[in-house]
Amino acid sequence: MVALPPALSRWFAAKGWSLHPHQLAMLERAGEPATLLIAPTGGGKTLAGFLPTLAELADGRHRGLHTLYISPLKALTADIHRNLRAPVDGAALPIRIGDRTGDTTYSQRRRQRADPPHILLTTPESLALLLSYEDAPRNFAGLQRVIIDEIHALAESKRGDQLVLCLSRLQALCPGMRRVGLSATVEDPPALARFLARNPDPCGILLADPGPEPDISMLQAQAPPPWAGGGGRHAIPAILAEVKRHRTTLIFHNTRAQAEIFFHALWMENEDALPIGIHHGSLAREQRERVEQAMAAGALRAVVCTGSLDLGIDWGDVDLVIQVGAPKNVKRLVQRIGRANHRYNAPSKALLVPANRFEVVECQAALEAVRDHDLDGEPRGPGPRDVLCQHILLAACAGPMDADALYAEVISAGPYAGLTRPDFDACLEFAATGGYALRAYDRWQRLMRRGGLWQLRDPRAAQVIRMNLGTIIDTETLKVRLKNRGGGTPLGEVEEYFASTLTPGDTFLIGGQVVRYDGLREMTVEVTRQPGRDPKIAVFGGTKFATSTLLTQRIMRMFQQPSWPDLPAHTAAWLALQRKASRLPEPDRLLVESFPGEGREHLCVYGFAGRNGQQTLGLLLTKRMEDEGLHPLGFVATDYATLIWGLDPVTDPAPLFDPSRLRDGLEGWLQGNAVMKRTFRNSAIIAGLIERTHQGRRKTGRQATFSSDVLYDTLLKYDPDHLMLQITRDEALRGLVDFGRIEDMFARVQGRIDLLRLPRLSPLAAPMLLEMGRVPVEGAGRDRLMAETANRLMREAGLG
Amino acid sequence: MAEPLPKGGGSGIERSMNSYSFTLADQPLLALASGALYWPAQETLCVSDLHLGKSERLARRGGTLLPPYDTRETLTRLDGVLVATGARHVVCLGDSFDDSAAGGGLEEGDRLRLSALMAGRSWTWIAGNHDPAPMALGGTHRAEVGTATLTFRHIAVPGETGEISGHFHPKATVAGRSRPCFLIDAARVILPAFGCYTGGLRSADPALAALMGPQALAVLTGQRALAIPMPR
Repeated sequence: MVALPPALSRWFAAKGWSLHPHQLAMLERAGEPATLLIAPTGGGKTLAGFLPTLAELADGRHRGLHTLYISPLKALTADIHRNLRAPVDGAALPIRIGDRTGDTTYSQRRRQRADPPHILLTTPESLALLLSYEDAPRNFAGLQRVIIDEIHALAESKRGDQLVLCLSRLQALCPGMRRVGLSATVEDPPALARFLARNPDPCGILLADPGPEPDISMLQAQAPPPWAGGGGRHAIPAILAEVKRHRTTLIFHNTRAQAEIFFHALWMENEDALPIGIHHGSLAREQRERVEQAMAAGALRAVVCTGSLDLGIDWGDVDLVIQVGAPKNVKRLVQRIGRANHRYNAPSKALLVPANRFEVVECQAALEAVRDHDLDGEPRGPGPRDVLCQHILLAACAGPMDADALYAEVISAGPYAGLTRPDFDACLEFAATGGYALRAYDRWQRLMRRGGLWQLRDPRAAQVIRMNLGTIIDTETLKVRLKNRGGGTPLGEVEEYFASTLTPGDTFLIGGQVVRYDGLREMTVEVTRQPGRDPKIAVFGGTKFATSTLLTQRIMRMFQQPSWPDLPAHTAAWLALQRKASRLPEPDRLLVESFPGEGREHLCVYGFAGRNGQQTLGLLLTKRMEDEGLHPLGFVATDYATLIWGLDPVTDPAPLFDPSRLRDGLEGWLQGNAVMKRTFRNSAIIAGLIERTHQGRRKTGRQATFSSDVLYDTLLKYDPDHLMLQITRDEALRGLVDFGRIEDMFARVQGRIDLLRLPRLSPLAAPMLLEMGRVPVEGAGRDRLMAETANRLMREAGLG
Repeated sequence: MAEPLPKGGGSGIERSMNSYSFTLADQPLLALASGALYWPAQETLCVSDLHLGKSERLARRGGTLLPPYDTRETLTRLDGVLVATGARHVVCLGDSFDDSAAGGGLEEGDRLRLSALMAGRSWTWIAGNHDPAPMALGGTHRAEVGTATLTFRHIAVPGETGEISGHFHPKATVAGRSRPCFLIDAARVILPAFGCYTGGLRSADPALAALMGPQALAVLTGQRALAIPMPR
């Protein structure tokens, strides 16, 4: 138990604040090795995490670094810095606070090294970087506590695995270090506690009062939503009316592209010129900061945003959250709703705006799940080995290391507790020699063993390794700038693929403006403003969320109802039409629709097996179709269905859906698939096999770089058991491919497959046509398509 | 498009080979789907930008340790084309080695394999920007090779005709798929890179667009040789 310093008590009293029970409880638990606090947004979570530190530092006797605060977002560290200054300055505590992110200047860093602050605010990547320097033991000496904010968000990705590996390093440097995790509401707190704590230390879990029930409903718009796509434009008048009625509204979208299109449309109808901004990860930092400042100053009535605002940046006065498009996951919805009303003990208010009729059904299911307190989530898998490979390389950058000691550290991290020594050694071997069956690099190893310790053969390699640090793999993007004499205002980024489809004169949306593409200059897209033109749409890297199993099951149950009095009339009529034109999927049968459209043949399979399961089904079925000469060209999977398109129609389902033949030759087919190649690329970058391409360093002549697909194909041919291929298979099996769900589905269906040939697409299949995340199939159909296209181009040019 | 080959006294297997036939300076030539160029009348096979020893060079320079099978893969492909065409003469258009040290750094198995390919054939190494100096590997080393009709060099020279070159690693896209390609017009052919670990430069790049005439074709490599008007 640490007592609250009198100065701080007086300051709280002067402000008229009293501490919440969970904040006091954190003081009581100050000495425990690990504590996980789960509290709703607005519950004073961050202050709760810092209270023990403020108390311990109040007497001014501690020298050097005391507490490390880690958050997933740079923006959050700046925000926390501001918020923390208030009590520290208010109570005149002798505490110095610094931050360390990618934006910290060189001179600030030098000052921090010479004279470390008591509290350092940073991100997982900056921590990994700090630990890779030789002077890490000196810089972290005396560290007492590490606070991980929004730990639920970090635990969802490989950033979390990297972070806990770094914690194990820190713990080795500072054995007395205590760990504090701060989390929003999650479905499995003990699992998150195991992730946080040093294995096998215990970890206390503190559950704060969740506060009142949220006020959440579906927005009733005048116009019915469309059958497919839509982006919520039909609801704009109703949304503007709600913005007018509230102080500040956050309008969430599931993808950046949708946010852009919606924002543009919103301004076309914003007759009262309400101040409304846009914020997402593809915008230039300057643009985002302007919106953040305007928001903090209370100058905006609404912000159209994406997941970039999911985490707890404190903007005070938000009193309404609008979610456009179906919330794909109940947990995320609950966390987003928490953004409305940052005051504890006041209900948060949220409105759902389904963008099409299928999403009306999804939103209804989500509403019921929220009311039932039914949170969802997939269990975390074991720590991925590509992240471990990077960790080993970074450890070597910090100086000579002992393999036994490093192994002991690694298995003290929760996700790696089950890692075997041979698996660890394989990662070390990969980092040292590449781990190839052909011993080609004995002279040029990356790591050498000297005097029993592993170290970099060439110390200059450390710079390259540090440049590659991190587990977030972006698609390659190009900067967009307004064209003018002084270099031009940066607007944001677009995917390189999108940029390659542009010809001068094309228009697209970015930052809510329509711009005209003028040309490419030194890998920067140059544009001019072009107001009032209809834009070609910018395709940003939209994260595709998988709907949880829980929601999927709720939706299947809703389909079985004879009528739908709870749903809006337009959507009930849409479902009735599906029942009439085709059928509604049933739990013990498999509905398959076949129809022509857009010059292709389509096959839609409603397996309700979850996105990974449906993706697996897409891989299996396209393989069978290829064998049957049906020329499949690609597929897309959602949580409910797989849509396959190709050159020939499917008339007989029996040979395609024969469970005994589905797996025939699958291994080879899977290996050649684009999903595997994408997985390989990401893992190879994380593990340090491929260097990231860095914006600044890239040149226009691209002959020097070649596709990672070539490396994948070469390994598959000459070294099929290589570690990187093992990792790729692991990743695909846990993230992308789910045979279990498909086998369950076939067992449930027992051959009861209904193939319906329709003259056109069905109501239920319509949303599939606009789904993102299409997977191409590289087979005979693709070859035929290329040959046909080549012949047409030659004829058109008068050369054929 | 894929016409039967004129007989050149070779093995005759080329008849079934996948290729695009055309003439340059009145000489019938074949752009093979593998990325090699064949001149049947002279039984000459031409390949460009093999970049042998690339993974070894990157490792030597302290970069990443890429799968060290690129040289083996490139030589296997070259072997396949030599067997299929029965070529008696080989011209490598430069950047055959990823740098001047790569020739000496070849792994033993790869070196033996290359010697076996060279045995019994006349073999010409043209100097490239990556490998300007001659290697101790046998064969003839030249800056460029001129015949009565055709000239072989590493980098195209504007204004020249009957010219066969490499260097740029051109690539082009059809139906959403990008492939290494030949660029062909009345004056010249630019070959795609034949090496395994090589990237490409879009045919629309100003450097390539400036070299090629308005009627230029791109012949994509891969499963089949596919000719399209050169994308600009």
